[in-house]
Amino acid sequence: MLPGAEAELTKRVSDLLTRERLVEEGFSVESYSTPRRLAVWVKGVIAQQADAEEELVGPPVKAAYKDGKPTKAAEAFAEKAGIPVDQLRTITNAKGEYLAATAKRAGKSFSEVVLAELPKEIAAIYWAKNMRWRPFLPERFVRPIKWMLALLDGAVLPVEWAGVTASNVTYGHRVLFGYEPITIAAPAEYADKLYQAKVMVNVEHRRERIRKDLDKATRTVEGARWREDHPLVDKVTHLTEWPSVLLGKFEDEFLPLPEEVLVTVMRDHQNYFALENGEHKLQPYFLAVLNTEPAGEGVEIIRHGNERVLRARFNDARFFYEFDQRVSLLERVELLKNVTFQKELGSYYAKMERTNALVVTLGQFVRERMYASASTRGQGVSLKLDALTAAATLAKADLTTELVKEFTELQGIVGGLYAKAQGIDEAAAIAIYEHYQPAGMEDAIPSTVEGQLLSIADKADTIAGMFGLGMQPTGSKDPFGLRRAANGIVKILAESDLPLTLGEIAGAATNNNEALCESVKSFLSERLEWYLRDVRGGAYDVVKAVMATNPDDVRDAMKRVDAVSAARTGADFAAIAAAFKRMKNLVEQAKAKGEVFSPGSKHEFLTEPVERALAEEAGRRAAWVEGLRKDGDYTLALATIAELRPFVDAFFDKVMVMAPEPQLRAARLGLLLRILLDYSKVADFSEIVIAG
Amino acid sequence: MSAVAETAASTPRRSVMTFQETLFALQRFWAEQGCVLQQPYDTEMGAGTMSPDTFLRVLGPTPVRIAYAQPSRRPADGRYGDNPNRLYKHTQFQVILKPPPANIQELYLKSLEAIGIVLAEHDIKFEEDNWEWPVGGAWGVGWQVMMDGQEITQFTYFQQCGGMDLDPISGEITYGMERLTQFLQDKESIYDIEWAKEPDTGKITTYGDIRLYEEQQLSAFAFDHADVAKLWLHLENYEAECLGLLEAFKVLSEDADEVTVKRFPVLGAYELALKCSQLFNLLDARGAISVTERVGVMARIRTLIVGVAKIYAEQVERLAALKEKAGA
Repeated sequence: MLPGAEAELTKRVSDLLTRERLVEEGFSVESYSTPRRLAVWVKGVIAQQADAEEELVGPPVKAAYKDGKPTKAAEAFAEKAGIPVDQLRTITNAKGEYLAATAKRAGKSFSEVVLAELPKEIAAIYWAKNMRWRPFLPERFVRPIKWMLALLDGAVLPVEWAGVTASNVTYGHRVLFGYEPITIAAPAEYADKLYQAKVMVNVEHRRERIRKDLDKATRTVEGARWREDHPLVDKVTHLTEWPSVLLGKFEDEFLPLPEEVLVTVMRDHQNYFALENGEHKLQPYFLAVLNTEPAGEGVEIIRHGNERVLRARFNDARFFYEFDQRVSLLERVELLKNVTFQKELGSYYAKMERTNALVVTLGQFVRERMYASASTRGQGVSLKLDALTAAATLAKADLTTELVKEFTELQGIVGGLYAKAQGIDEAAAIAIYEHYQPAGMEDAIPSTVEGQLLSIADKADTIAGMFGLGMQPTGSKDPFGLRRAANGIVKILAESDLPLTLGEIAGAATNNNEALCESVKSFLSERLEWYLRDVRGGAYDVVKAVMATNPDDVRDAMKRVDAVSAARTGADFAAIAAAFKRMKNLVEQAKAKGEVFSPGSKHEFLTEPVERALAEEAGRRAAWVEGLRKDGDYTLALATIAELRPFVDAFFDKVMVMAPEPQLRAARLGLLLRILLDYSKVADFSEIVIAG
Repeated sequence: MSAVAETAASTPRRSVMTFQETLFALQRFWAEQGCVLQQPYDTEMGAGTMSPDTFLRVLGPTPVRIAYAQPSRRPADGRYGDNPNRLYKHTQFQVILKPPPANIQELYLKSLEAIGIVLAEHDIKFEEDNWEWPVGGAWGVGWQVMMDGQEITQFTYFQQCGGMDLDPISGEITYGMERLTQFLQDKESIYDIEWAKEPDTGKITTYGDIRLYEEQQLSAFAFDHADVAKLWLHLENYEAECLGLLEAFKVLSEDADEVTVKRFPVLGAYELALKCSQLFNLLDARGAISVTERVGVMARIRTLIVGVAKIYAEQVERLAALKEKAGA
């Protein structure tokens, strides 16, 4: 929340001053934020706008004069432009003759502009959830505004908003400095004076201080290091004004609890960093980032307090863990009948049954291909079908455990841990543990084939079920997280060796209900397109060209995008792409005119040597390209296509496609259509945008 | 227990107030800030916010400063008195300031000093936490106040209640009395909190002495004994009566006189709605509400609670209009 607001305030102020011509070339902006303040310091401002001239167009001449005398309209225009009527000029534009004038605009002062405009910028800052606080008044902000400080060099800018007028006064750390006002004489003093008042306004300085203090506190424990956690460092940086780090200890007796549980309690519930040894094994310590610098007994009191809270939470977690062991995961599957997945789709038990059937179907696809010929994907994959179905049966059972009710973020993980503890096949336990992965595009996919298939099946079942109820995501609304689920499927296919296509997954998840399968398939394709473009950074037109071939195999689509991206820099390829666009246009226009032709027909009517040569060369190369395409050698396939360039160039140079003779015309159009069909199987090159 | 914890446990603690002294100190502090001290409301409820002293008083333009302790029942949190950190019934100390003074956060910090907390010796953080109670159509923005890693207070700028925008808004401060005193007295168990101390003999009465049997029995009632069919029946009866009153207000004649409007039992309807809410919690603790049903029953209770808030606001408006007419 705060980083976004700090960036937005910086942008708003920079844009305002740039728009108003109140900054020098190369001006710079520094920004600051703490939980109690947002600030920007602009260096290189101009105290006074330069005078400006503005060209104005007024009323038509016809309306400006009557009987040679200026009308009211002319006078009003002259007044607006700030010059006498006789100095108005006449111009002629597309609409006729008009009055015109060059108006002089006197530049405004910095403070005049800022006093008028800055309040609007403050009011416009986006907050996910804002509030009103003044009785019967409408201003909204994230929390009530307590004070404002605004300075132009040494002078106060009395900016006013929400009943607060800016001054040169600010306040320091509540506890460490107290409520004494601090006067800031000039912007350059701001950070230093607040530092003396125990507030580090610079976010990066705070982050650095926290990291150093974490290191320092860790050094007191031999052989330990703190577990890196960027999001947590970020969070505590924005929770503090004057951070310091405290090392605490917890009892060894909690160490047998699963590390995931201990770390979740520390990180997600207490904002504590975990300590580990050289072998990444958790140590019975934690690091808390304080928003104070306790003196004397304070350190012990705060340490003691934090240790107590953690002990109570660990005790709770242990209680839940032990309590949960009274009922095995297998017994819990039955309890899923009472846990609703979705009203119309039934309980999690019903979902478990569907997912189970789905993993069997997908698993069999994979198995068949495991033993297939060397050229087929999936060869190196080995799959334990028993473990996979066991995992699918038990995957959701942890939703009935106390531990997951308490720590919902550990769903799946708890199931995996309990499965292992209860002697379930290890491959199944791992699959359960990882089946919510990937949680996002940054997250890893499940590490085993069983986990990958379970994750795909779980997500595909949700998507198919919701689509079946007509609950597709619309616009920015995706309440059931279906896009994220589909992105996860695409990512798993992209990063694994699974020999599965989007169509196969959509078909199996929808029991081959044709219409539903089609809409799920096209949803997955849409996510594939997004993945190729936004996650893998493919160029818009290249991705579009590949997607035009309706690819079903994620990894294959990636290879094609890579090949086309590499090839498009070549001059021959660019020319070929342009030629394909031309062919496509010709063919489409001809079709629109009712021309009748079919691919490669009436070859014998071709007359010119260049077109016969093109037909022959294109035919020969089409066979090569098809062979290369089938082997997945897209780079060579594209090179082969690009080599067609001299023939294509010669054709367009010498031949007029729309010849007057109907037979000849049909033959030429047929040739072009043949080429388009033969050569658009890797990508539709007519989609490629050629620069220049 | 490890050596570290033992050393820490022997750290001298200052200013150990008993549970009741802490409550006195907070009451005195807020009374000095102009708050009316109210007694706990005598219908069972899940949180201090649900008391009419908050839920209804935050509506409308009339300024309010009020503070009270409210026993709050959360049947599902009951643990038969076995768990040192969880309770069926806990005590919230609730402060409502409408409109909130500009220095409300500073006042809050001073209130901590009033119960013996030396701010310089603690780590206090205001962490963003936006409160909402969908069943009451109520939400606000604010913080959870953390002291040395323990949440001790919920601090909210109340924005909407009963589905209506509040203007002026209210500042709401809710202290969790058990957590706070357990923390200050450094007790591993809530039941060891010192509730009171006889000045002449030094004899200590603990939280457990006063409340343990209640936790044991009410947990058992909620989890094992409550008759599910009867709970549903109670719920339906209270609901029907509340809906009847809501309907009666709706059809109240437009030219009803002041006495009729003033005596219309909106508060009675609210108590019926609170009963329903509590019965829902009991049914929930008993495991009698499936996830599917849950949403539906919550919507029914929302209809009652939000419905009462709406007729309360309307009653206030009608009375004001009638007074104006009488004065004119």
